[in-house]
Amino acid sequence: MGRYSALRVLTEGLKGQTGWGPAWRSVRPKPRYDVIIVGGGGHGLATAYYLAKKHGVTNVAVLEAGWIGGGNTGRNTTIVRSNYYYPQSIALYDLSVKLYEKLSVDLNYNVMFSQRGMIISAHSRHDMENAERLVRGMQINGLDVRMMDRAEIAARVPALDCSPNARFPVWGGFCQDRAGPARHDAVVWGYARAADSLGVDIVQNCRVTGFRKNETGRIIGVETSLGDIACDKAAIVVAGHSSELGRAAGFELPITSYALQAFVTEPIKPTLDVVSWSLATGVYISQSDKGGLVFGGALDLYPSYAQRGNLPIGNQVIGAIADLYPSFGRVRLLRHWAGIVDVVHDSSPIIGESPVPGLYMNCGWGTGGFKAIPAGGLLLAHHLATGQPHPIAEPFQLNRFHTGALIDEAAGAGIAH
Amino acid sequence: MLLIDCPWCGPRDEIEFHCGGQSHITRPEPFDQVSDEEWGRYLFYRINPKGVHYERWAHDAGCRRWFNVARNTRTHAILATYKMNEPKPDLSAEGRA
Ligand SMILES: Cc1cc2nc3c(=O)[nH]c(=O)nc-3n(C[C@H](O)[C@H](O)[C@H](O)COP(=O)(O)OP(=O)(O)OC[C@H]3O[C@@H](n4cnc5c(N)ncnc54)[C@H](O)[C@@H]3O)c2cc1C
Ligand SMILES: [Zn+2]
Repeated sequence: MGRYSALRVLTEGLKGQTGWGPAWRSVRPKPRYDVIIVGGGGHGLATAYYLAKKHGVTNVAVLEAGWIGGGNTGRNTTIVRSNYYYPQSIALYDLSVKLYEKLSVDLNYNVMFSQRGMIISAHSRHDMENAERLVRGMQINGLDVRMMDRAEIAARVPALDCSPNARFPVWGGFCQDRAGPARHDAVVWGYARAADSLGVDIVQNCRVTGFRKNETGRIIGVETSLGDIACDKAAIVVAGHSSELGRAAGFELPITSYALQAFVTEPIKPTLDVVSWSLATGVYISQSDKGGLVFGGALDLYPSYAQRGNLPIGNQVIGAIADLYPSFGRVRLLRHWAGIVDVVHDSSPIIGESPVPGLYMNCGWGTGGFKAIPAGGLLLAHHLATGQPHPIAEPFQLNRFHTGALIDEAAGAGIAH
Repeated sequence: MLLIDCPWCGPRDEIEFHCGGQSHITRPEPFDQVSDEEWGRYLFYRINPKGVHYERWAHDAGCRRWFNVARNTRTHAILATYKMNEPKPDLSAEGRA
């Protein structure tokens, strides 16, 4: 299919765009693979890519029930950041931000990672105390975050109501300059194309319905809507459907699936050139390259697989946006949707072995795994290829739910969900 | 939007309630003989089905009592509401996924 470059755009333009082929092959699955990845979201595709690229394991299939990127990766609001609280989390998420910084070159695919900065505003004395605590903790762990005063926030986010009479008065806040959005589809398609070019088979419209084990209980294959496929190892990377796949393999998980909503407005002229997040309301907003305002907030707090948001939470999120940024109150909504996210008690992921030998998993990212796609893929690939967890993934094993070594970002970074 | 039939107050809008997660969980006993694995399972592991879920809800803005709801997590259809001390109704025909 050839490399993408500016020169290629030019020559294709002269040839009437006739030389572009599909970015990845459309294949029927082979009878056997060394590794089968269940789920063609960002994490599944990245796992396959790093298996092939870093470990030379190329007899790999990614089996996707629908179309790749049709799950949360294609539904998320694309904020990439590493401003978490605990050292284990910062090691994990900052590895991911660093990989994102080089990803377009690495994949030869423009993932449009725009490090425009993320500004988190505090709206009361208590918010300010919390912000100070978070920032000091993050700085001790070597992160590039800093406090901001109200004047600087008002200058960087003119749409935010910083007047004394604001419904949510801005007291100050903090920022991470290296944070920002990336293009979700490009991350999916870039990993798919790069993995495919290294020999990975990407099979869409192939739902995994069960697992085959030998007499010792080890994984020897998967059952799918396209028939049985043998494998040495398999990995479950299906976000909100992890519990269902775990049950098919014979175990339960400490996961609950919830709907998380997102909203996008009609496109307007450039008005917001940072990611703006409010501590008091938990809503956040950025402007896409097309001009739409992309925003989100809290989870719908009852278990759901419905992939649609409920009205009360929608109301609350939209209301908070209109209060915080009064001029946005008159912009019309274009679309609004939900994805099913995999929430665990400590708001930290599970990357490693499952209770079934030969079966691995990467899940529990909940509301925040887009930022972690490169790291999640790299770390799971390491474990699959070497049989050992990568040091950065070691704290994120399933056993923490009975050893008690939780990495409680819900309490630490105040991630509300 | 859910219309939830509180066993004490009758049908009310979902914003009056909050969901407390999976119901009918029994605390393992005796406490000093429970293994770490069992405690972990009790505290954190959940069925999380795609289909009928038996869950606890509290009527915060009404009678403030807890009760049980059987709800399909795929469609959000509420199949039954019943009191805390009542056994779960058998709804196996109603579309477990
Ligand atoms: C509205 C919303 C906003 C978000 N905003 C952000 C954000 O700003 N920043 C951030 O970092 N994160 C965000 N997230 C979270 C992020 O989207 C996810 O954590 C991340 O995309 C998960 O990637 P994944 O590859 O694990 O899962 P997914 O992208 O969901 O991929 C899983 C795939 O598995 C497939 N699958 C399921 N069952 C089967 C089966 N039986 N057989 C085969 N395939 C199967 C699904 O079809 C799906 O394509 C947001 C999520 C939502 C819903
Ligand atoms: Zn009531």
